[in-house]
Amino acid sequence: MNLRKTHPRGRSRKRLNVIALGLATLATALGLVGLASILITTLLNGAAALRPSLFTELTPPPGAEGGLANALFGSLLLIFVAVVMGTPIGILAGTYLAEYNTYPKLVATVRFINDILLSAPSVVIGLFVYQVIVWPSGHFSGWAGAIALALILLPVVIRTTDETMQLIPLSLREAALALGAPKWRVITQVIYRAARAGILTGVLLGIARISGETAPLLFTALNNQYWSTDLSRPLANVPVVIFQFALSPYESWHGLAWAGALLLTLLVLVVSILARSLLREKAE
Amino acid sequence: MDQAIPKRRSGALGDALFRVAAFSAALLVLVLLGAIAISTLIGGYPTFAHFGFGFLSKAVWDPVRREFGALVPIYGTLVTALIALVLAVPVAFGIAVFLTEVAPRRLAVPTSAAIELLAGIPSIIYGMWGLFVFAPFMANTLDPWLSDTLGMVPGLAPLFSGPPLGLGMLTAGIILSIMIVPFIAAVMRDVFRLVPPALRESAFALGATRWEVVWHVALPYTRTAVWGAIFLGLGRALGETMAVTFVLGNSHDFNISLLAPSTSIAATIANEFTEADSPAYLSALIALGFILFVITFLVLLLAKLLLLRLAKQGAR
Repeated sequence: MNLRKTHPRGRSRKRLNVIALGLATLATALGLVGLASILITTLLNGAAALRPSLFTELTPPPGAEGGLANALFGSLLLIFVAVVMGTPIGILAGTYLAEYNTYPKLVATVRFINDILLSAPSVVIGLFVYQVIVWPSGHFSGWAGAIALALILLPVVIRTTDETMQLIPLSLREAALALGAPKWRVITQVIYRAARAGILTGVLLGIARISGETAPLLFTALNNQYWSTDLSRPLANVPVVIFQFALSPYESWHGLAWAGALLLTLLVLVVSILARSLLREKAE
Repeated sequence: MDQAIPKRRSGALGDALFRVAAFSAALLVLVLLGAIAISTLIGGYPTFAHFGFGFLSKAVWDPVRREFGALVPIYGTLVTALIALVLAVPVAFGIAVFLTEVAPRRLAVPTSAAIELLAGIPSIIYGMWGLFVFAPFMANTLDPWLSDTLGMVPGLAPLFSGPPLGLGMLTAGIILSIMIVPFIAAVMRDVFRLVPPALRESAFALGATRWEVVWHVALPYTRTAVWGAIFLGLGRALGETMAVTFVLGNSHDFNISLLAPSTSIAATIANEFTEADSPAYLSALIALGFILFVITFLVLLLAKLLLLRLAKQGAR
């Protein structure tokens, strides 16, 4: 009578449906648990190694106690210089992609290549900066490190600027142009203002991306055991310190590496959450 | 009127300057890509010229005698990335299905956000976790178990032989898979959302279950882009450095066993760059970088082309 309910094939289809969707839910749980366990390990080990001397003492020689003051300062300096160098160029390039349509093929190509650079291995970008800056100058330097980070930040800013500016309604441009404003003033004074939140999100995402980069700094800024603010010399930074200390056999170095890992993770999470909340604000 | 003319001219000048600045910045992207390829090719040229094709096919890595063959790092890169994909793709697919089909909006939004946030954790954190937490677990638990089970299967035995050190291609591959799951899942989720509602609803109207809509409607419609997402993950896995450097064991001895120490292109460069004491050694490492760049470029190119195909299809 009621064929659909009693038909064996219907039942097995429903069973398959429940099993498949159950597995999908399980996969999500598995993924979240795996990722959360990494986060929790970092939090626990890092918290155990947190103490005020981290921020006041220098990275110690093998086996001794110390802090991360020089590395923390070096990292912040590198990130700051990279943002200052990479952001204006990234915004300009993103502007060209979104606003100028004289060469549509060129714009499409640049967009395409930029997306590839976005996922390009950072270790190769480090080698590139080594080849063009470190090797000719004869020594590792903070400048080289900052440039490597700027090159990694650049595609992120270009993409978000491009995407944000494309969302600005055409009527806004037309209104400004109708008032007699030249195009560059329309862009700098009207469009940038409207796209501010989106562009800032891009910069924040870029910061989150570069603050943990380690491989490119190994060939550029390298490391410095002492306090240094000189960008033309090797510069201490948290990721390279983590790399060297974690691979060492010394307990005290391991503790500092975990503390550095915790600070780095917190920075990245805070900056990413800030970026997301900015986006949500804009959407509302 | 007289005053308006110079004003307009300054507008034209400003326009021209701004346009040139923006154009140059956009062009820089193309220049950058070319410069990366050319500079690493030049740096690696002495190695390519000296060893020729043997650089790719030989498994010798002897900095003292200055003999370099990249077979082990290339093999290690491909095998770890392959292990990562095999493990990550089903999980990422499951997450994408969960987010688009199973979870109510209230649950899907925060889950999506959490997965995206976790995708942003720096890879060196994965590396540390791998070294201090996961490698001991592999050495004490999973490696011995695999040796006792799969290692007893004829044909598979060589892959799971050797002492359980916890360091090796399997450990690195598993950590890589955890790393690329969020990337692949996020792209797949976005891709599934591009399926036209009319198509899904027609299938539901015919009595299809949710799973049947995923498997027989959404997946065929998005097949090229799903492959694009997978290749995007592969590109990430191939070029990843820090997550694998800690747990590969940095050994240039060729070993078929997945449990034995090995190395990858990126790990070799990261581990040995500061120790490279001769121009020949340095050139060999930069040559490795060039090879890595070419491989990842091709994989990412393919990924983007596959993803673009669906975007165009949707626009039509």
